[in-house]
Amino acid sequence: MTSLEQTTDEILRLASDHFKVPRAELNPSDDFFKKLGINSLQALDLLTRIEQHFHIELPDYELQGVSDFRTLAERIQSRL
Amino acid sequence: MKTFQGKTLSWRVAEGTIELLLDRAPCNEIGSATLEELEQFVSALEALQKDSHALIVSSARSEGFCAGADLRELYERSQGLRAVERLSAVRDFLERIHRVMNAIDSAPLVTIAAVHGVTFGGGFELALACDLIVADKMVRFCFPELRLGLIPGFGGIPRLKRDLGNALVRDLLFTGRSINAAKAQSVGLVSQLVAEGGALRVARATAAQIGKFDRETTVAAKRFIKAIPHEELRREIDIFCDLFTRPAVEAGLRKFVESVDALPYLP
Repeated sequence: MTSLEQTTDEILRLASDHFKVPRAELNPSDDFFKKLGINSLQALDLLTRIEQHFHIELPDYELQGVSDFRTLAERIQSRL
Repeated sequence: MKTFQGKTLSWRVAEGTIELLLDRAPCNEIGSATLEELEQFVSALEALQKDSHALIVSSARSEGFCAGADLRELYERSQGLRAVERLSAVRDFLERIHRVMNAIDSAPLVTIAAVHGVTFGGGFELALACDLIVADKMVRFCFPELRLGLIPGFGGIPRLKRDLGNALVRDLLFTGRSINAAKAQSVGLVSQLVAEGGALRVARATAAQIGKFDRETTVAAKRFIKAIPHEELRREIDIFCDLFTRPAVEAGLRKFVESVDALPYLP
């Protein structure tokens, strides 16, 4: 079973790779909108990549109010 | 007119395939300018289809295929109008866009939507009017209308129900959630799922394959299996108009237009 730490790390790597932000600059408590400099359409893009990577369906309404990587990882973890 | 370059879209014919390309920033929102050019396209289609066997609809915008109706224009144009005038204007728009969608739906050639990215609301409805959907794996489909106190108004409910049945229609309508390409393919909405950036290439290859078959037979098969749900489409316009004049809808539109939320597209 994947741990929350592993899930968080995988999200950070995914975000780093796709949005070209060095992994070392990303922390679990970061606001991903601010840290990645993404808008709502790019957030949907991130959601799609997360769904593909973890082989899950994550309804976008579950992301309302979620802006940091750790909480995002918790939402994903509940679907694994 | 075999080629056309407008402000919101263009078309050309190549090797028996008509290619309609949407190109209006930010994500092909359908307002009056797009509607007028879609009407021009539908008028031209009668002549274009004589030498063509397929139509591909795609987007030049990196953000996606189409984000749906131009809600900003809808809201701004309704300001200063009396309720009865607002209703008349929106009904007229719906009648016109339905004529466009019906013409694409029933065109005597095979129509392919090559979609990527945001395919929401009216954009989803345009894709549903086509015979086949070829999807980039980064596509997302969504009916966000209920969050505004409306139902989809460009023919989406009857057409999705025609293709897939009520369960998915209810899921997408009542939650307003978006679904990705893999889910869309698993439920039968997407006929081919392709790599990022590959939808148009695969749609062209599909069109070339379709062109190998006898045109008359293909058109006969299409007419046999793809009836337009006219009665439900009429009811959709009526229900949309009944809902539209409520104060809650104007408030919802205003909230959307003025939103600085990081995720205005989320339900």
